[in-house]
Amino acid sequence: MKVNVYVTLKPGVLDPQGKAIHHALEGLGFGGVADVRAGRFIELDVADGTSDADLDAMCAKLLANTVIENYRIERP
Amino acid sequence: MKTAVIVFPGSNCDRDMAVALEQVTGKAPAMVWHRESELPDGVDFIALPGGFSYGDYLRSGAMAARSPILRAVSDAAGRGVPVLGVCNGFQVLTEAQLLPGALMRNAGLNFVCRTVPLKVENSQSLFTASYNAGEEISIPVAHHDGNYFADAETLDRIEGEGRVAFRYTDGVNGSARDIAGVLNDTGNVLGMMPHPERAIDRAHGGTDGLRLFEAALGVLA
Repeated sequence: MKVNVYVTLKPGVLDPQGKAIHHALEGLGFGGVADVRAGRFIELDVADGTSDADLDAMCAKLLANTVIENYRIERP
Repeated sequence: MKTAVIVFPGSNCDRDMAVALEQVTGKAPAMVWHRESELPDGVDFIALPGGFSYGDYLRSGAMAARSPILRAVSDAAGRGVPVLGVCNGFQVLTEAQLLPGALMRNAGLNFVCRTVPLKVENSQSLFTASYNAGEEISIPVAHHDGNYFADAETLDRIEGEGRVAFRYTDGVNGSARDIAGVLNDTGNVLGMMPHPERAIDRAHGGTDGLRLFEAALGVLA
């Protein structure tokens, strides 16, 4: 079973990489971009029946650093 | 005095750290591989060196913080054994939640590699007792992910508890409140981005780092 995990910086945490991407987009002439935040996408292939609690623990213990990041789990 | 340096795949300051420890204690440290689950008996001081453990995969220090030896390091820290994490070692200690906060990409996105002035904020800790409070010292930094972050409440708490050991005197990497080094709540774990082991010999351009090891290893001149 494929599970998608999206790890994003918490609101309020400065994102220098997002800022640099934003500047680069502007440099390419793309106007109207208000903000860019960069995150991480992780695709897990887990055993069918893996529980929500286990997936949540994977995120909290390793995939995200909850000091600075939020995560969202997307099951098929 | 029995010391240990933890070695991860990708550590690259482990031997510099070993030289510093041997110079001060007269005895070579045990080099402990990350796959070990136990520290040598009777270790009195543990150093987590700089480098790029596990290639900085996922996040700097994230993999190392979950390696078997870190459980032993965490237990030792809980028993009061001094633990020093430098650069990647600091990142590992925050990822292992032995220290508060996180180290993010430098605000300027550049790898910063130069000797920087630091202000000693806390001269009472076992690592910093050889310095005077407010003293300015010079220690090299070399990092890409040294931008210290913690929420305002945590920052207020660690400042209030005197747990900011060192502060940059000018902007180096965007760190919250210019924090360069942080102590744990019991004062026996220190994480810092600057490299004291690179300032232990006059040939390095300065010996301000040596004083940290002399204090921490109990051989104050």
